[in-house]
Amino acid sequence: MENVLRAIFTTDFFYSIFRVATPILFASMGAVVANTAGVPNVALEGIMLLAAFLGMMFSAISGSAFVGLLAALVGGILCAGVIAFFVLYYKTKMILSCIAINTLISGGTVILLYMFTGDKGTSASVASKVLPNIEIPLIKSIPILGGVISGHNVLTYLAVISVVAVYFFIKRTPVGYHMRAVGLDANAAESVGVNVNRVKVLALLISGFLAAFGGAFMSMGYVNWFSRDMVAGRGWIAVAAEAMGQTTVIGTAIASLLFGAADALSNAVSALGWSSELVRTIPYCATLIGLIMFSIRTSGKAKGRLKTNIARHEKAKAIKLNTLKKS
Amino acid sequence: MEDYILQMQQITKIYGNGIVANKDVDFNLKQGEIHALVGENGAGKSTLMKILFGMEKPSAGKILLSGKELNMNSSNDAIANGIGMVHQHFMLVETFTVAENITLGNEPKKGLFVNTAKAVEFTKELSEKYNLPIDPNAIVKDLPVGMRQKIEILKALARGARILILDEPTAVLTPQETDQLFIELLNLKNQGYTIVFISHKIREVKKISDRLTVMREGGHKGVFITAEVSEQEISNQIVGWEVNIELDKKSRKKGDIRVQVKHLSYYGSNDVLVLDDVSFSVRAGTILGVAGVQGNGQVELIELMTRARDIETGQIKVNGKDIAKLSVKQLRDTGCSYVPEDRMRQGVGADASIKENVISNQYNKPPYCQNGMIQQKPIDDFADRCISEYEIRCGSSATNLSMLSGGNMQKVVVARECSTNPAVLIAEQPTRGVDIGAAHIIHERILKLRDAGSAVLLISADLSEIMRLSDSLIVMYDGKIVAYFENPEQVSEQELGLCMLGSVKHDPKQIRRIVNG
Amino acid sequence: MDNKSRLFPVVRTAAALLISFATAFLIIVCVSKTPLESFYIFAIGPFTKMRYIGNIVEYAIPVIFSGLGMAVLFQAKLVNLGGEGVFYISAAIVSFAAIFFIMPAFIHQSAIILLGAVIGMAVMSIPAFLRAKYNGSELVSSLMLNSILLGVGQYLLNTKLRDSNAGAQVSYKFVPSTAMPVIVPGTKITSGLLVALASVLIVYILLYKTKWGYMLRMSGINDEFAKYSGISTFAAVVLAHLVAGALMGMGGAVETISMHKRFEWTALPGYGFEGCMIAMLANNNPIGVIGASLFVGYLHIGADLVARLSDVPTEMIAVLQCVILLLVSAEGFLQGLRQRWIEQGVK
Repeated sequence: MENVLRAIFTTDFFYSIFRVATPILFASMGAVVANTAGVPNVALEGIMLLAAFLGMMFSAISGSAFVGLLAALVGGILCAGVIAFFVLYYKTKMILSCIAINTLISGGTVILLYMFTGDKGTSASVASKVLPNIEIPLIKSIPILGGVISGHNVLTYLAVISVVAVYFFIKRTPVGYHMRAVGLDANAAESVGVNVNRVKVLALLISGFLAAFGGAFMSMGYVNWFSRDMVAGRGWIAVAAEAMGQTTVIGTAIASLLFGAADALSNAVSALGWSSELVRTIPYCATLIGLIMFSIRTSGKAKGRLKTNIARHEKAKAIKLNTLKKS
Repeated sequence: MEDYILQMQQITKIYGNGIVANKDVDFNLKQGEIHALVGENGAGKSTLMKILFGMEKPSAGKILLSGKELNMNSSNDAIANGIGMVHQHFMLVETFTVAENITLGNEPKKGLFVNTAKAVEFTKELSEKYNLPIDPNAIVKDLPVGMRQKIEILKALARGARILILDEPTAVLTPQETDQLFIELLNLKNQGYTIVFISHKIREVKKISDRLTVMREGGHKGVFITAEVSEQEISNQIVGWEVNIELDKKSRKKGDIRVQVKHLSYYGSNDVLVLDDVSFSVRAGTILGVAGVQGNGQVELIELMTRARDIETGQIKVNGKDIAKLSVKQLRDTGCSYVPEDRMRQGVGADASIKENVISNQYNKPPYCQNGMIQQKPIDDFADRCISEYEIRCGSSATNLSMLSGGNMQKVVVARECSTNPAVLIAEQPTRGVDIGAAHIIHERILKLRDAGSAVLLISADLSEIMRLSDSLIVMYDGKIVAYFENPEQVSEQELGLCMLGSVKHDPKQIRRIVNG
Repeated sequence: MDNKSRLFPVVRTAAALLISFATAFLIIVCVSKTPLESFYIFAIGPFTKMRYIGNIVEYAIPVIFSGLGMAVLFQAKLVNLGGEGVFYISAAIVSFAAIFFIMPAFIHQSAIILLGAVIGMAVMSIPAFLRAKYNGSELVSSLMLNSILLGVGQYLLNTKLRDSNAGAQVSYKFVPSTAMPVIVPGTKITSGLLVALASVLIVYILLYKTKWGYMLRMSGINDEFAKYSGISTFAAVVLAHLVAGALMGMGGAVETISMHKRFEWTALPGYGFEGCMIAMLANNNPIGVIGASLFVGYLHIGADLVARLSDVPTEMIAVLQCVILLLVSAEGFLQGLRQRWIEQGVK
């Protein structure tokens, strides 16, 4: 136990929380945007994997990490576009489309990996690039805090910025209003001439764009290779975070950080020699427990309100009785 | 030709499930007139106007605006052409403010963001210009129905509508509010606007319109100058024959108390009381009508009585049992049936067959179920009996419910709920959106139940329905019972309307008499 | 609806399959140096030998269980993808029973299959209650469970079951009496097929002939309508999950003692996700699951052959599955044609 605590209360650990939460933050922001417009994107897992692969491949081909990132973003947007096409035009059910896309990308990236590197497992044989880390002058010299905040990958800082950007986008811009209207009451939006389909497509494309950042980070942020199924469920954790944040930007960001912390914990603890198979399940256990707690609390709210109201009635009755007595 | 501002020619619309909503319909509007589109529910009026408003595309036919052909792909196009629509079911985002709803799609900007101050200002100016006072910062879900309709009209006018389509606007209004609306419409007409008024209420149509077009079963049956036709003639055109909708209502025979509501108060998720000390009883063999403008607690009352919500204080007894802790199944087992207001969401399973729908409240009881196994023959026989008794127009009992019209769907619901000969029937808007023929069958069935000794609680916004069927009548306003009429036949619509608006309240002693039923 | 309109779903499925085969051909053209030959192997190869046809059926067996489970869940409008985890942990735990116990063959095998069902129900009860009582997303909870159970199963494999004498990461050998008997000579098709077919029958009867099936289906069609009719949607959700869990657990058990002599899965087997596609192709009908499973088996064997005899990776089947899934479930696919047929029929 002591070992665990000693492993946690270090600047390294807190630094790693932000690092590990980066892909989840990006993807969960994508989930928030999509869900706001009423088109929940549950293909984030697949989009991230595709972005991770494209980032690796194009940075290797071009020799530039930036080109790799661009390719990842384009891939994410295109993928979201395909989903939008099937769901909005061909009227496929969202969940089935997303399962299909996830399956496609999971197998497809292996095929492409094989065609590109001759290996079906990882791309280690290929020299793909990494995006730079940034040391922030002044801040990095602050004791403790400096080690936590400075020195992150550029994408990590972008992830935090994206949270702010998504917040203002949804709450204050006209397009954000339209998305909220479409998500709350599509008929109402349509009746004033808002092009519901166009808004939904835009929301999906944005979610693909954001998730792609998260995927690019997986293969170009900390390591410089791609391996099959490397996203390992982070897209689904992002979906859970968004559910727990109830589609609000702030709530979702907090949930994402919490799950990032669980992921970081499993890394820290595995260094202590605990069984690696069990340690690997920590983030998923945390997500499951979080979901359970959240669901119980939400359904408990209704009961709580009932209790409060019953008390209000009792109080009103007592007051009435008192005034009657007095008169 | 004459000065037609709008012409719809040979419009046909066939839906994906095979239903022909419009067939070769012609509809022509003159500049500056109030033109009524009449027909019973299901005749195709709403569909025709949805096409005019760009929400649907016709399978055939064309639309001409001032002689120019229109090709509209969305309501955006309709709005751009000066066509505005106020829908029957309001299309407002409940959690947005009035200003946000009115400026939706056309928000004033400040850089990248929305200029909320300007939106509020715009809304204020608009309401002053058209003399429709509203508070721009109010949140829509807190506003009463009459207010929401004003917002809808303002929305259309704000977007430059010169042609206003109103879909059943008086369905949710009291007689007084209807008069007020008509004054507003005449005002707009004098300012040069053209108005289409969709309704199935002949008397109102006679009052307000210059001309009227009759639709029946998807086709149009004629255009008339309103002053030149009588109500009976209009009615004949609508239904196609001399309809005798007289109901055979025998005198009531009061039995024992079947429904007893005592001191029911409820907050729900609000700060103010949605129900305030409501008490009443319903006796066997009688129909108690509950009238009131939508939003005065009727919905919550029914939800509490059907166990959709939990009681906070007070007591509800159905068939002698306190229902506070009963499950829906247990409540039904005491002998209580319920015809819900929203048939699509609560009344039917649209993807199931008629026979699967019609036994959903008895599926686990003999003879339909023995030892856990479904007995198909008794179910088929029962379903066929319902189809013939209620004249349900369908292929067979295996037909999927989504293939039925609104009226036929409602017949399935009523068939299911009445066939168990329940001791108590709660009927909520039982003939909303239902054609005259089906409505008549449903009314007859409810009366039959009542004659056989059931206690019926009837909630309806259709004043003529509630006044014809009820043996006694209470009016709800602001969560309280404000009036009790022991003989509804002797009450005028005007008097009832005043109670619904809260302007007239009965003496509490009079109201207390309904506690005994 | 007239005959032409009733034919439409068939036409649409046929079109979807045609397009997916064309996609398969496209992939093969891109990857293989001998495309025509490879495509022949893919499309026709599985029928050329009795052994291959046997492989199709052998592949179909576990997938029938999974498809049945997903069909039940889908009919209740539940999206639970936890089949993977259930298959895996069921296989892991029944391996214990298959390694460390001695019993007469028939009893041993029956006990193992029953154990699989119980394990499956236990696992699925978590998302079941979370959803039924607290409305927690069964999608997310089931996916998390997949990863958790994979970790637990791998842990069991490496610590308790691992045969250090064998070269690879495998368990001890199963007791020979646990091996389910082969019923079709010349193939490896075991009596597991009979268990699968029996399950199909039972699920069919459950869904369409019992009151529990009715309750489950109506809850799926419209949960508010079901609630107001007095149907317990709570019971429906729990029932659907438990039935699906039992089926998936049995699938894992049957597959383990039919096709394997040790527990050797180091990753999630993939049957769970396949079940989704199969249920969808079968339109959630238990009888249709048989045909859909055989079809998917055919695709797999074709892909295997192509991978072995030429240079196309087996993952191409993922691409095919995606295309089929998207097109068959796309209600708008060929919508224009359908609308025209309907309008013609009306006239």
